[in-house]
Amino acid sequence: MGKAVQVDGRDNVATVTSDVSEGKVVEVLSPEGDILRLRALDDISFGHKIALTDLDQGEEVVKYGETIGIASRPIRAGSWVHTHNVESARVPTSSLRRERP
Amino acid sequence: MTEFYGYERPDGSVGVRNHLLVIAPIDCSFEPAKRIAAQVEGAVAVTQHHGCGLDEMVANTLVGVGRNPNVAGVLLVGLGCETLTSEILAEGIESTGKPVEVVVCQHEGGTLRAIERGVRILQRMAQEVAELRREPFPLSELILAVECGGSDATSGLAANPATGIAADMLIDEGGTVIISETQEMVGAQHLLARRAVSREVAEAIYEMIERQERRMRAMGIDSRFMSKGNIEGGLTTIEEKSLGAIRKGGTRPIQGVLENSWRRLERPSRGGLWLQDGTGSDIPSMTHMIAAGAQIVTFTTGRGSTVGHAIAPVLKITGNPETYARMSDNMDIDASTILDGREPLRSVGERIFKAIIEVTSGRKTKAEALGYRGFAVFTRSRIAEHLLGFC
Repeated sequence: MGKAVQVDGRDNVATVTSDVSEGKVVEVLSPEGDILRLRALDDISFGHKIALTDLDQGEEVVKYGETIGIASRPIRAGSWVHTHNVESARVPTSSLRRERP
Repeated sequence: MTEFYGYERPDGSVGVRNHLLVIAPIDCSFEPAKRIAAQVEGAVAVTQHHGCGLDEMVANTLVGVGRNPNVAGVLLVGLGCETLTSEILAEGIESTGKPVEVVVCQHEGGTLRAIERGVRILQRMAQEVAELRREPFPLSELILAVECGGSDATSGLAANPATGIAADMLIDEGGTVIISETQEMVGAQHLLARRAVSREVAEAIYEMIERQERRMRAMGIDSRFMSKGNIEGGLTTIEEKSLGAIRKGGTRPIQGVLENSWRRLERPSRGGLWLQDGTGSDIPSMTHMIAAGAQIVTFTTGRGSTVGHAIAPVLKITGNPETYARMSDNMDIDASTILDGREPLRSVGERIFKAIIEVTSGRKTKAEALGYRGFAVFTRSRIAEHLLGFC
């Protein structure tokens, strides 16, 4: 069985703490110690993220209780979440926001 | 309500250590300063390496360090021809009411006389300081600096979030937390700004990070850049990378951006989470947060770090089980229990909070017990800052 950590109770992704193979059950530990089990839909390497819920395209990906990016395609719970299905939601660099003389 | 045991200073601030600080305003007088400190129990000597001109950012930092409540008394050991004089620093420190004395080598007539006079002054201070007793104080008297170094994939996952829980617990009891290392906040400014207590503070956050991005751009570095190693390690966006570092400061509202410049070195004016505009280099980063008043530092690491600090205890926390096992003489807290599901984050955060109370009440950290006394001051290139329009 794989293990994963949810850093903040609001997060819709968790980070796996060992390499997980497709089809394996992953045990997700919440910050308060609750355990959620779900099946991995992809191979996921240590340090990479697994979706805890289904995400629509354009939906915010939340880790640390904050938006770390936007789903660039629909993501199913249990999927590997990375650069292939998430894009930075970062506002344009602040320097573009307000250029100084 | 939680309490810690500290030493009350004449200005009402509370120290968690009773250091006698020997400051050489310039490195020219560091040798005699070190010899004086070596002769007296509880003394530590520090200096800076940015020359003898009056760089106010350096001066502000040395004054801030001398004013830190962990310092019971100060001896300044100067050479005599420097522009950054002992008197300038003494004047900045004296209003705390703690003993501040000056010895100048050129005035004394050589280092041997300077050392003798310095040792006699410091010996007397050591006798007096030994009479101070620890008393209980509320956590509203405590300022925690959060630092990280030698990070790896476990830092953002275990050590930093667990430390963040401890930071939140401290703030919820009236305490103060300072987080620095501006370059690690790049990419998350909009998220930090959202946590600001006011529009002005949000604007100050954008400005601080904009300055950092412009410095990086001037050096040819794209601040939005994510390294191949970052991406292979599982970091998807720059926001995620920065949030992993920032999380060690917890989740509470941001009270303000502490200025750290030639103009002034600002201290937190109330409890809560504060950002400091500082360097990413570990020891000077700690020094500047300590100069802003921090009495204790938590230091989260993945690969392992050995550092301590001359003024404040440094509590090391790692989320990497191998690092904890291999560097057990350097690591105070094992946060890796989160990774194999043995312990939830909340419980590790509570352990860190408890350790903060123990260490501020007198227990030595591993780095302290080994006698590690890191110290460095940083400053910025005034020419570069002028050309970028920052000063």
